[in-house]
Amino acid sequence: MDISNIDWIPFWLSLKLAVMTTVILVFIGIPVAYFLSYKNFKFKTFLEALFSLPLILPPTVLGFYLLLLMGKNGWLGKIWEKLAGHQLAFHFEGLVFASIVFSFPFMVYPLISGFKSVPKNIIEASYTLGKSKVETLFKVILPNMKPAILTGITLSFAHTIGEFGVVLMVGGSIDGQTKVVSIAIYEAVEQLDYSTAHIYSIVLVVFSFLTLLILYLLNKKFEVKI
Amino acid sequence: MIKVNVKKKLKGYKGDFTLDVDFELEKGKFLSVFGKSGHGKTTLLRIIAGLEKPDEGYIEFNGKVYFDSNKKINLPPQKRNVGFVFQDFALFPNMTVYENLAFVNRNERNINEILKKLEIYELKDRYPSTLSGGQKQRVALGRALIRNPEILLLDEPLSALDESIRLKLQDEIKKLHNEYGLTSILVSHDKKEVFKLADRVFVLENGKIIKQGTPRDIFIEKDISGKFSFYGQVIDIRPAGIVNIATIDINDNLVEVVVGNDVKIGDSVLVGVKGFNPVVKVISLL
Repeated sequence: MDISNIDWIPFWLSLKLAVMTTVILVFIGIPVAYFLSYKNFKFKTFLEALFSLPLILPPTVLGFYLLLLMGKNGWLGKIWEKLAGHQLAFHFEGLVFASIVFSFPFMVYPLISGFKSVPKNIIEASYTLGKSKVETLFKVILPNMKPAILTGITLSFAHTIGEFGVVLMVGGSIDGQTKVVSIAIYEAVEQLDYSTAHIYSIVLVVFSFLTLLILYLLNKKFEVKI
Repeated sequence: MIKVNVKKKLKGYKGDFTLDVDFELEKGKFLSVFGKSGHGKTTLLRIIAGLEKPDEGYIEFNGKVYFDSNKKINLPPQKRNVGFVFQDFALFPNMTVYENLAFVNRNERNINEILKKLEIYELKDRYPSTLSGGQKQRVALGRALIRNPEILLLDEPLSALDESIRLKLQDEIKKLHNEYGLTSILVSHDKKEVFKLADRVFVLENGKIIKQGTPRDIFIEKDISGKFSFYGQVIDIRPAGIVNIATIDINDNLVEVVVGNDVKIGDSVLVGVKGFNPVVKVISLL
């Protein structure tokens, strides 16, 4: 097998999916984790349990319900079809949505422990110095929990790259649309095309290792001494 | 003029009690809230700063209402012009000394002036983790002052520091209080500190002010006629013939005094001298 014949699109799709998922999760995860860490409200425990579900459910169960939700007859699927003109399931956008749900706890829980690790008195000091909650969040709280943010980003990213079951359920395996690298490997093996599977796998291993290495090196640098 | 009249139910380690205080403080005064831990001192300070909400009451600063439970007014800490100094400094670890101050007020001249006054100008590019306790608390003081607060709230600011540094910083606090014309409230359980700094003292016990006055009124009991008396703690008692001799620790000075049978090890005592004039001699301390 010639390496120039390899279809690199699954890699590109996986990378795009992981980057988009992670970026969106940072924006959703920070406010959610902030409220779960600092506010007390009625359904807090209920929400905590709900948000942890993706951790224990088999990806097929999650994928099945997401498929129902995003399919032609699901409410989200219907809304999306009206807005975008095509179905949500079996399209890249559907994968992004499913990945966000699937990787949600991997972003939110590190962020929660990050928020809880920031000493309460530096937050209060900022308030007594006249700084609003938003300014305190961005200038005092988040800069002092960089390792937690980085952990959230790493875990969400890695988890999305390695995702298989959910993607297969809601995305199928459509070339250039939903056939990410983990599925491409599965297909190659099914077709007994071991050399392609090998190349995909080894690239994924090296890539994943380098990503983690860089992130952990950064993490060391970010550790704030208190 | 600062008016505070607040009530709040608190959970103490010995059971629930109500913090219930009512006082006024004139501008420029230095008030100390004195008492054992767990009696509501810090909570009172946090209520004034807006970090905690009283159950009911009224707080007014120079004519501006900060809290009024009847009118449902409760200004957040951001809107109250207070400087709060925390026991454990609460510096922002992600910012240098200079940035800790600049976070509050970007006026470079003011920052440099206050850094020089507190003798920490040379440390301005250092991060808090590289500073000693005394240096950290200087930074925290500077940060609290840079906003020109109407009141400076000091929550046991020196209790985490060594004796020698504590004495020096007490002088600094007194100096800053006078130079900036501040109104200050200090929470402390250190009599010496209160005596040195405050011109008015509240003794807080179970949430109530049980005594108030000048430090002299509060700490020097009147039932001894001699003018020479000190608080101390009995650390040892040994029998010597028909009397007992107690070793008493008076602020790290150990003295031996003949005592009766009513004194036990661990007692807090007032050691006084009657009948002759004490001699005071100037000594130089190392």
